[in-house]
Amino acid sequence: MILIKKLYKKFAQLEALINVDIEFPDGALSYLVGPNGSGKTTLIKSILGLVKPTSGEIIVDGIKLNGNYEYKENIGYMPQTAHFPENLTVEEIFKMIKNLRSRKKFYDEELIESFELKKEMNKRLKNLSGGTRQKVNAAIAFLFNPKILILDEPTAGLDPVSSGILKDKIIKEKQSGKTIIFTSHILSELEELAENVIFLLEGKVYYKGSLEHLVEKTNCVNLERAIASIMSGAAA
Amino acid sequence: MNTLLKIIKFQLHDILRSKWLIIYCLFFLLLSYGLLSFSADMSKVLVSLMNVSLIIIPLVSVVFGTIYLYNNKDYIIFMLTQPIKRRTLYLGLYLGLALPLVLSYVFGIGVPILFFIKDSEINFGALAYLIIAGIFQTIIFTGLSFLISTVNENRMMGLGLSIFFWLFFSAVYDGIFLLLLQSFQDYSLEKFSIAFSMLNPIDLARIFIILKLDVSALMGYTGAVFQKFFNNNLGIIISLFSLLIWSLIPLLIGKLKFSKKDF
Repeated sequence: MILIKKLYKKFAQLEALINVDIEFPDGALSYLVGPNGSGKTTLIKSILGLVKPTSGEIIVDGIKLNGNYEYKENIGYMPQTAHFPENLTVEEIFKMIKNLRSRKKFYDEELIESFELKKEMNKRLKNLSGGTRQKVNAAIAFLFNPKILILDEPTAGLDPVSSGILKDKIIKEKQSGKTIIFTSHILSELEELAENVIFLLEGKVYYKGSLEHLVEKTNCVNLERAIASIMSGAAA
Repeated sequence: MNTLLKIIKFQLHDILRSKWLIIYCLFFLLLSYGLLSFSADMSKVLVSLMNVSLIIIPLVSVVFGTIYLYNNKDYIIFMLTQPIKRRTLYLGLYLGLALPLVLSYVFGIGVPILFFIKDSEINFGALAYLIIAGIFQTIIFTGLSFLISTVNENRMMGLGLSIFFWLFFSAVYDGIFLLLLQSFQDYSLEKFSIAFSMLNPIDLARIFIILKLDVSALMGYTGAVFQKFFNNNLGIIISLFSLLIWSLIPLLIGKLKFSKKDF
């Protein structure tokens, strides 16, 4: 369970998050949505301790964040883009991560299998395509079988087949009781599964609740239209 | 194995394969070998090695360090999402970069000397001082580069600052110093010039070696003042101590900034 209370973050000129209150319940699939620059990534980075809030608090599984790091043991994070040291091979990256989190004894290597990463193992990272890097990213996020999964634009840069594989994996993990937070525009099947939709706009929470309720409330056919209608309402 | 050592190990895996590090090492190999082949006088060789080292090491350390941190920003962010303390990561990155630089310097300078060991009398004391000074230059300027790139988000700005600091300490500083000495020559400037040279890590390293080599022609004003004010030994200890402070301060400030930074 991730609790966010009155989270406020101001960068030099810009207010990125304004008194955000959100609850990500255990075992739920939460969908964080909003236009570019609405504060999604800042919110995710705050949960991961990469961005230090100006005020407010974040509580992950009962632990209040204050620069501590142990709670990250239970979080798998898939960033939009990640680069690793260029001269390392894929295999060395996996070894490195396993070595770093050596406390875990069980590794979930399903994605390594289904993405067929085995044959890329000896390649250096600088020689991989963007899509393959993204697959490595995804495989690392799921590797430690974490209780909480945070996926920032997980399917960006993946081909349709791989993005299907990833989608199936997310659904499977959800069914096994993981807490999942993701941001995206195109995972339509996942949208339908999302129990919890959080719509951010200019650093404020405009809507939080179930998808059905949102669709009912705005009288629109799907999430995309519903969000468009909220945005035009907000602008007016 | 603790996390710090692990981070250093991963870093070594990466950096030891970097072509720039190999070029850096080859440069010192060729320099050291060339100078030893041309001259039989060991102290002349050491002085030449010193002059080149004190220009090249700060330049390479500060620029390589700055570029390394900017290029690996995503990697750093990734590492921060793992259960690692920020301080540990910073120190690990720092040591993982300074260590290979030190190793290639020591290897590059040292190996040719081992080959010539039979032909000439080697002043091992002075050689050790040269190597210690080189290590300090690497440590200090890598620390400075980490501070610069942690504080500046803009990489052009960061790179510019790095080159500025190198240029400032290796050339501009001496110019300002001479100008001040010239303008205030009627006053006693000994204490002032000691303080002034302690503020320049490159000058400190030079004094540190020269006092050991005892080459009065190369001492320069600050070296002479150091020798006169302290004796050789005390001068060496004081310059060593100041180098130590120089190694710690940028590193510690950088670590503090890194712990508070938003990524």
